[in-house]
Amino acid sequence: MSSCSSPWKSTMDGNQNDICGQSANLTSNPLYYQFGLDNPLFGMGIQQPFPPSTSPFGASSSTNIPHMDWKPAMMLDNLTFIEEKIRQVKDVIRSMVDNGGQLPGRTGDIVQQQQAVNADLTCLIVQLISTAGSLLPSLKNSSFLSHPPAGHMDMANHVGSSSSMVPYTTISEENNEDTKDGDEGGDAGMDGENLLPGSYELLQLEKDEILAPHTHFCSICGKGFKRDANLRMHMRGHGDEYKSPAALAKPPRDASTEHAMVKRYSCPFVGCKRNKLHKNFQPLKTILCMKNHYKRSHCEKSYTCSQCHTKKFSVLADLKTHEKHCGHVKWLCSCGTSFSRKDKLFAHVALFQGHTPALPSEESKVSDQVGRVGSHQEPAKLTSSMGSFMWDNSSGDDTVLDIKGLDSCGDDFLSTANFGSFNFSFGPLDEIKGNPSEGSFAMLPSEHFQSVREKGEN
Amino acid sequence: MAMATLLAHHQPKRRSISPAPAPPRPLHSLADELLFLVLDRVAAADPRALKSFALASRACHAAESRHRRLLRPLRAGLLPAALARYPSASRLDLSLCPRVPDATLAAVSASAAPSLRAIDLSRSRGFGAAGLAALAAACPDLADLDLANGVHLGDAAAAEVARMRRLQRLSLSRCKAVTDMGLGCVAVGCPDLRDLSLKWCLGVTDLGIQLLALKCKKLRTLNLSYTMITKDCFPAIMKLPDLEVLELMGCVGIDDDALCSLEKDRNKSLQVLDISNCQNVTEVGVSSLVKSTPNLLELNLSHCCPVTPSLVSGFQRIAKLRTLKLEGCKFMADGLKAIGRSCVSIMELSLSRSSGVTDTELSFVVSRLKNLLKLDITCCRNITDVSLAAITSSCTSLISLRMESCGHVSSKGLQLIGKRCCHLEELDLTDSDLDDEGLKALTGCSKLSSLKVGICLRISDEGLTYIGNSCPELRDIDLYRSGGISDDGVTQIAQGCLMLESINLSYCTRITDRSLMSLSKCAQLHTLEIRGCPRVSSSGISEIAMGCRLLSKLDIKKCFEINDAGMLYLSQFSHSLRQHMRLAEHDHCTFSGYYT
Repeated sequence: MSSCSSPWKSTMDGNQNDICGQSANLTSNPLYYQFGLDNPLFGMGIQQPFPPSTSPFGASSSTNIPHMDWKPAMMLDNLTFIEEKIRQVKDVIRSMVDNGGQLPGRTGDIVQQQQAVNADLTCLIVQLISTAGSLLPSLKNSSFLSHPPAGHMDMANHVGSSSSMVPYTTISEENNEDTKDGDEGGDAGMDGENLLPGSYELLQLEKDEILAPHTHFCSICGKGFKRDANLRMHMRGHGDEYKSPAALAKPPRDASTEHAMVKRYSCPFVGCKRNKLHKNFQPLKTILCMKNHYKRSHCEKSYTCSQCHTKKFSVLADLKTHEKHCGHVKWLCSCGTSFSRKDKLFAHVALFQGHTPALPSEESKVSDQVGRVGSHQEPAKLTSSMGSFMWDNSSGDDTVLDIKGLDSCGDDFLSTANFGSFNFSFGPLDEIKGNPSEGSFAMLPSEHFQSVREKGEN
Repeated sequence: MAMATLLAHHQPKRRSISPAPAPPRPLHSLADELLFLVLDRVAAADPRALKSFALASRACHAAESRHRRLLRPLRAGLLPAALARYPSASRLDLSLCPRVPDATLAAVSASAAPSLRAIDLSRSRGFGAAGLAALAAACPDLADLDLANGVHLGDAAAAEVARMRRLQRLSLSRCKAVTDMGLGCVAVGCPDLRDLSLKWCLGVTDLGIQLLALKCKKLRTLNLSYTMITKDCFPAIMKLPDLEVLELMGCVGIDDDALCSLEKDRNKSLQVLDISNCQNVTEVGVSSLVKSTPNLLELNLSHCCPVTPSLVSGFQRIAKLRTLKLEGCKFMADGLKAIGRSCVSIMELSLSRSSGVTDTELSFVVSRLKNLLKLDITCCRNITDVSLAAITSSCTSLISLRMESCGHVSSKGLQLIGKRCCHLEELDLTDSDLDDEGLKALTGCSKLSSLKVGICLRISDEGLTYIGNSCPELRDIDLYRSGGISDDGVTQIAQGCLMLESINLSYCTRITDRSLMSLSKCAQLHTLEIRGCPRVSSSGISEIAMGCRLLSKLDIKKCFEINDAGMLYLSQFSHSLRQHMRLAEHDHCTFSGYYT
């Protein structure tokens, strides 16, 4: 695969290589470790996925923004590649079935194999999307500009039913079946339309959707965004047709969603009180509540405070909140106990006879301040422990997998390299980047997008 | 030694002090207790006598050393010597020492004064936490500590105070640097606290007060004026079982919400409540407050909220109310009348500077309040003779009437005061239409001790003659700007009122040295104000200096005839003058004590 298709693409690659050099950093990354070293199957899976002989990318080495030169031959190539890819995934799954019979005890391996399969499936999706996306500029559909979701649907019909997985489109619930093949982990409780007799509509997202950092994706390059508005800003770079006021405007609120019932969310973790199967089920109010709940309660606490090295958090905001106060022992009791809040100290003093508030000495005040100054610089580094990395086959002939750790605190594009993001090149793929950082890489199901869209609109 | 006897008064010749001139032997045979009783009486009659006694003999000196309880040094540097001489002194008043460095307080600890119980540092600066630490170490039994005006004192100082375990009374007024941490230390360290003042402690918040109320259950008096407290600390305060006096003057954080939240926890011990100047309190809050404090004796709502009938009718719940202060309040229609209906038992009513006080309402009120002893209607400018007639006919037992600047009252009306209220002890008729006939009517008030008739331009020497002849107990007379009086009148006062302690003759331009000569016979005189009397000269001042040895406050500003000669006498004889400031020769001279 020839070199990069655009100037800023190349700078990105440079960044990646830089980060790649930091091997120590990478090996400290648990996800990297999981994927790169422990899983032979994963390796097998990825030596095969993009054989150069079948690669469609050679033809599209000179992709530009916007990609206008769509050729039927290239489309054919792409579809061929997709077919072959599906076949490979089938093989892998088959081998998994065999291995699962032989080594029933090694559940960890199975999980990793699932991850590998998911990664492959991601590649498939990416390929599909990019194939479809290459169509977009050539359509010149004015209705698309005024109604982007509808336009997507139209365009998706050209490519085939599977393209309904294109993110950013409003996929109705009837299209659920289309996404089933890609949804590896969504076997249990995936019927998010589970309407309880209560007064609200209950939604349950899957783990992977919850952990996805982005909910809006560029249909052309695949870049992910947290906010719809940011995506619209991004789309301007793909052509003048995205710069019209209509395209940049906030999409009108759906009449159907306005009258929809109040939505509540259920945690996918079975046994959790926030899970709908729990006896004393308490639903979560917003999707943000659910995301934070899931991360806090059921995820590894990967953010460690750089001050005390003991406190760990799974939500970055929690870490930042903690770091504001960590090491800042301001309220001391005569018994030696320290408090970060004055009212806590006074409650303690009120409770215990003979304990009295102790005044901090001057030196400790100074050191506190110094410590606080230091802590302000830490969070940026810590984000690198998010363990985001990419792999691709852009090294071409030798088809050696490059695993590239990404410093997500770097530029915006790089930071998308997290779980669930699709890092596309422009037009037909010359690079495929998936980021299976968190186990199974499920297709993003329709309810998810719908709910996210509603959230964005509200 | 001299500084220890501040209120000294030199004897021109030794008077017959019964035990004093006795030889040592009889004095030895006298028990200390009896001797001290004698000394107490002698000191009460003439503070200067004790010094004479001490100088009589060694034994007298020793006895006097054992007897003295109060030390009030003029200079902090002499404190160690004073403590060494008076080992049994229990009270140390440093209010005359503007600067008390840490080293001085350390000297207290060095001289080991375990008998000290009370220390007043309210007017001193220069000491800090180190000095207080030394004090705490030296006086473990200290019960009374006044650190008011210690704007330089912070939490560290408060933490040292907290080491004085037996402290019962503590004033931290205006210790603005003290925060909850310091107060928390005090609360934990001094569980016996009964009287605490946190006035102007801006660093103290609800948290500290809550802890204080939790730890110091014996608190009786709590002053939280001008602090930043809010409603959060109220439940804790109201749970104090012995709280009797609560002052919340000028607490902007207290509003109706805070007072309404009190309705649940009633405090039956609270007797005195001051919520004057609380701007955010309205009728609603006061009404609910009254419900929660049924045993209130004194209530101060000055400058607080408009007085309406519904507000006052709530006072029926506090049947024991004795004192009601409504200074600077706006009276709504029938608000004052409601007081007459609801608060029949009150003895002291203050309506000064209030608006909306009318003749009809005031007449109605005083006709109902038969027990009224003190009435303050200063600056109630709308009232006329009608009100005064009602007051004097209904409240004949009145002992205090203050009606400064009641301009519509005629001289005829003022005559009624003297005729009907013969129990008066305090009368303020400043800036009124009073004439000599009115003063003549006052001859019936033989108990009069304070008379303020400043800016009464119609009074003359004749009227003062009546006063001088009929008011032997007069201690304080104010004749400010009473232009009609001259030396004769002042002489009559000086001869008739030998107990006179304070006289104000400012801008009585006709008085001369003759007045001062007659006033020099008043031995108890400690305040003399003759500002703007151009005919007074140094010879008059010298007479005062020699005659009134207790003089502590003297205002001779704009007395251009007074020169160095007068100053010399003052410096020689008036040891009690608190501040001695001379601006320029033959120009403005000021001798006035600002420390009162």
